[in-house]
Amino acid sequence: MISRTERTLTYAILGLFTVISLTPVVGILSSAFGERSSLDTGFSLPSGLNWGNFSEAWTRGHFGSYLTNSLLVAAAVVTVTTVLATLAAYGLGAMRFPGSELLFYLFVLGLTLPQEAVLVPLYFDLRHWELTDTYWGLILPQTAQSLAFGVFWMRTYFRNSPRAVVEAARIDGASSWTVLWRVLLPMGRPALSTMVVIVFMWTWNEFLLALVMVSDEAHRTVPLGLAFFQGQHSSDTALLAAASVLIALPVVLVYVLLQRRFIEGMLTGATKE
Amino acid sequence: MTAPPAKERARPSARAALRAYAAHHRRRAPGEPRAVGLLYVLPALVLYALFLLVPLGQTVWLSFLDWDGLTAASWAGFDNYRELATDPALRAPFAHALVLLFFYAVLPVALGLLLAAALSRFRVRGMTFFRTVLFLPQVLAMVVVGVAWRSILAPDGLLNDVLRAVGAGGLARSWLGDYTWALPAVGVVGTWVETGLCLVLFLAGAQRIPRELYEAARIDGAGAVREFLTVTLPGLRGEIAVALTLTIVAGLRNFDLIYITTSGGPGNATSVPAFEVYRRAFEVNEVGSAAAMGVALTALIFGLTVVVARLVEGRTS
Repeated sequence: MISRTERTLTYAILGLFTVISLTPVVGILSSAFGERSSLDTGFSLPSGLNWGNFSEAWTRGHFGSYLTNSLLVAAAVVTVTTVLATLAAYGLGAMRFPGSELLFYLFVLGLTLPQEAVLVPLYFDLRHWELTDTYWGLILPQTAQSLAFGVFWMRTYFRNSPRAVVEAARIDGASSWTVLWRVLLPMGRPALSTMVVIVFMWTWNEFLLALVMVSDEAHRTVPLGLAFFQGQHSSDTALLAAASVLIALPVVLVYVLLQRRFIEGMLTGATKE
Repeated sequence: MTAPPAKERARPSARAALRAYAAHHRRRAPGEPRAVGLLYVLPALVLYALFLLVPLGQTVWLSFLDWDGLTAASWAGFDNYRELATDPALRAPFAHALVLLFFYAVLPVALGLLLAAALSRFRVRGMTFFRTVLFLPQVLAMVVVGVAWRSILAPDGLLNDVLRAVGAGGLARSWLGDYTWALPAVGVVGTWVETGLCLVLFLAGAQRIPRELYEAARIDGAGAVREFLTVTLPGLRGEIAVALTLTIVAGLRNFDLIYITTSGGPGNATSVPAFEVYRRAFEVNEVGSAAAMGVALTALIFGLTVVVARLVEGRTS
């Protein structure tokens, strides 16, 4: 039997960790809704909700246009990754051809590769092709990086999908394309949506690539905007906090709604077959 | 293999036989031209090669050059790597990264294990809520995490407020501006980010450990500690490997947090390879040296992940 003391102790420890997890988040929220002038960085509860910091960040911090940029880049990366990764994973997972194993390992390589391994020449290449300071300079490299996860993830789905269904369709004369489009994809909604939320989160939060590829303000994404904003107004805690909330909110909302998908996807990245 | 005639298709027994045949030859789906697979892969492969594989090769090439990014480059052979091994200013980031790995990988795995062990001994109410909250740091942009922690660790921030409130005001300091404490302070942020990930992994793993093992241990009179060492720990071996791999990769890749909180300072007290690659390539224009450091960082990550995998497999066999 588990003693009463142990139960109480367990809940106490759990409570402590919860408080530690939430403290920075609550800190940001409270200064985002707090008074502009207060230099206090933390925890005096604000007198009512003060939305002024958000409109200030939106207009003076230009976060409105940064959010538009982020949205555009994320939408493009997610769409292209989903289409290309699904096709490639289908080819690698449901069919066999010479070299398919090797190709799969090439994609898996990208899962552990640090950005620093490709970033330096990537900058000079993109500058040569005049793609720096464009949306393409952000979309194309991030899609390539997301493909590693996408191909790995969707291939696992195609490998584990019931053979009997596929074979029945095949025997009925369906082409490989029909099997994918009419049979496997309708069944694969959960796997697809996990990939979509993970790739969306990575793209939305991406900072280093944007820092290197974008120098003009017109193409800044939100994480980059926050970093520059911090450089210029590092003492303006309330405005920084409001901007942080604007950045984190879309991902956190999706996370709260689709928590299982997030956790499943992020923990499977490193599992072996 | 060709598609069977329509008459046979209709007969259930023939269909079953065919399915049995197909199951026997699982590797080959019936009636499929092999090369079609490559067509499906091709679009992704082209993009992946152009923006990832080719640059990877170019990094290796650049690492053998002496280049400032503007004028003509000259061949440097292994000079960049030699400097990496001998120059203390270039070795320091790697030493810092190893210190950070303790905070990013070892500590979160240990904390996650202890928490998971405590939580799997009985049914905890509200587990979904706790899991959602503890995993939350993982989905926040590192830039946001950096801004939040910078204000907590600031001279007039929450941490110092708490220290002063409990009468330990003497310990209060500018955590991120202190030569000794900046690195551990950045490390603690990493622990905060990664612990939830480890815990969620271990909780999922602990659910797969057969209940009978726990019951058997309890019948044998094992206490919480023995139970942990003989049942939980061996049962979670696979999850520990995954957790170590994920946290090591995250710890060594970490650029955003350093850039936002300390920019490698004070001095170079918190510079790490991921940050130093950026600084050398785009701020001090030593592109070859930056590339060599990128290659070394990549090798370190692959080396450590292989070691983790070996450790786990070695104990299984």
